[in-house]
Amino acid sequence: MPSKLVIGLDGHASGERALAHGMRLAELIGACELLVVYVIEWSPFSFQTAEENAQRHKRREEEIAMAKERVVEPAVAGLTAAGITARGIVKHGDVADILNSISEKEGAEQIIVSRSSEGGFAKRIFGSSTSNLVMNATVPVTVVS
Amino acid sequence: MRLFSTLLALSMSATAVSAQDVVSLDARVNQAFATVTGPFVNLIFAPLPGTSFPWIVMWLVVAASIFTIYFGFVQFRFFGHAIKLVKGDYSDPDDAGEVSHFQALATALSGTVGLGNIAGVAVAVGIGGPGATFWMILAGLLGMASKFTECTLGVKYRNEYPDGTVSGGPMYYIQKGFNELGLPGGKILAILFSVFCILGALGGGNMFQANQAHAQISGIVGDYPGWITGIIFAGVVFAVIVGGIKSIANVTEKIVPLMGILYVGAALIILAVNFDQIGWAFGQIFAGAFTGLGVAGGLVGALIQGFKRAAFSNEAGVGSAAIAHSAVKTKEPITEGFVSLLEPLIDTVVICTMTALVITISGQLIMDEATGRFVLNEAGTAIATVGNTSGVSLTSAAFGSGISWFPYVLAVAVILFAFSTMISWSYYGLKAWTYLFGEGKTSELVFKVIFCIFIVIGAAASLGPVIDFSDAAIFAMAVVNIFCLYFLMKLVKKELNSYSSRLASGEIKAFKH
Repeated sequence: MPSKLVIGLDGHASGERALAHGMRLAELIGACELLVVYVIEWSPFSFQTAEENAQRHKRREEEIAMAKERVVEPAVAGLTAAGITARGIVKHGDVADILNSISEKEGAEQIIVSRSSEGGFAKRIFGSSTSNLVMNATVPVTVVS
Repeated sequence: MRLFSTLLALSMSATAVSAQDVVSLDARVNQAFATVTGPFVNLIFAPLPGTSFPWIVMWLVVAASIFTIYFGFVQFRFFGHAIKLVKGDYSDPDDAGEVSHFQALATALSGTVGLGNIAGVAVAVGIGGPGATFWMILAGLLGMASKFTECTLGVKYRNEYPDGTVSGGPMYYIQKGFNELGLPGGKILAILFSVFCILGALGGGNMFQANQAHAQISGIVGDYPGWITGIIFAGVVFAVIVGGIKSIANVTEKIVPLMGILYVGAALIILAVNFDQIGWAFGQIFAGAFTGLGVAGGLVGALIQGFKRAAFSNEAGVGSAAIAHSAVKTKEPITEGFVSLLEPLIDTVVICTMTALVITISGQLIMDEATGRFVLNEAGTAIATVGNTSGVSLTSAAFGSGISWFPYVLAVAVILFAFSTMISWSYYGLKAWTYLFGEGKTSELVFKVIFCIFIVIGAAASLGPVIDFSDAAIFAMAVVNIFCLYFLMKLVKKELNSYSSRLASGEIKAFKH
């Protein structure tokens, strides 16, 4: 059974570095599948208007399609072209939670993410998704700077 | 943009008119409004023959009691399960990104928590005395079963369109449910409901809100003509519902829950400071519930006010919540029914009771120390209050006697609540409108413009006729909705039996999160 590595992308340039690191590891390991994951930040406890609720299903489909088209599919195509087995996953939820639960479910060896590109006020209060992941993950995490 | 500049020019030229003319404009709007709506209001609030008890109040309470018994006290049996559903214990992680139970509940609550809890309770306690609170709580508890029934049907019979959007509500379940049962008249009843829903949206969901928001603002900055507030509100609502300026709605949706928490927090602080009087206040509530303590109309007065305000505040049986709840993502329509039964509990049993306790403890209601009975005002229509306040201003004065600066926070809360309720009801009204006239940009725009015009009328009219019409329109929805629920409730019973047996057998399991 090939090893699996989960790579978390954030849609920014820093995600490319995580991807490049994953590629190097996959080449070293040999039989290795890369799971390229993009998480759309979403909380089931947020507040919305009735109209937003009525259109939510449609928006969700659009968000997933856009994330696949712009982030995940180009990354998977690049990896496949380089001869690496790769699979793309797009999910809604909390970034740290989702990356960890996918890794557990898939039996991945480790999670590779780039150093957080978020900043500002929210980060000071809630911490970045990367630091949350590092603190709570049940799988080894590599943070690429 | 051109419309904005026209509105601005209009308001500026109108401001130039002398103050005398302006006052008479308000008075004229008021008089015309009362004349037009009078017969409708009288019909809805007609008393039962030989009594002073409005038949509509009986209609709501009897329905809530029947649903409570028919579903075997579902509001108590499934209360714990409802909490678990809201927490997301039974939500499939693969559905993340869809509307959660919590979101559907929060959206529906933002449509109901608002002025009913602040102004409505003050009206109830002002007229019916603290005893009205007892009947309000009872009506709230029974109303949970009505809400459960309508929201289950709302999800079960919603329309899901190919583009992924959904539309639901009584008009859909009445039509489809009647068809399924082979009953005639479903379409006509659905149309009738939609007509009343549009009136309700323009009345309680709009004019009453605009009116009380104006009362609140003018209470702080001094008296000025209501239509000015109306035009400003109409402008902002127009920007959101027609202009699609989501950011305003988004900000409100985030601040409103905060305001709700702040309101309950302030009430708790006042109650904590006066904890020695809580026992006395409850004593007043119980004594007043059965004796009337000299309020206008005595025991029956307290009971009518309590039931009326509870229904107006939590809208159980009215059908509006079924529209809001129908967007949830679930494979089991009944789960949304369970979640929705929390709504009257939070809205009426918790928040309304807080308001009533604070008003009772504050001493704003004037009591004759010697007899322990309330003193009536000169007209004999309500309990005399310190400074002759009623509605929002009574609540404001009551909170102000505990926390001196709180009336300012309350003013902001009232304005935001009014705004968020208007946004919610503009959606409910719109759904009824599109049910009648079809979905389409022009049809939607016509309704939205009418909605904005009514904001101006609501702000300019005086409280009496507005509150009467608002109540009447919302209760008219309940006449049709509850009539139909009696026929449709067996469909809900089938769902309930199936779900509870699968829950008991372990077929329906909580997800591991």
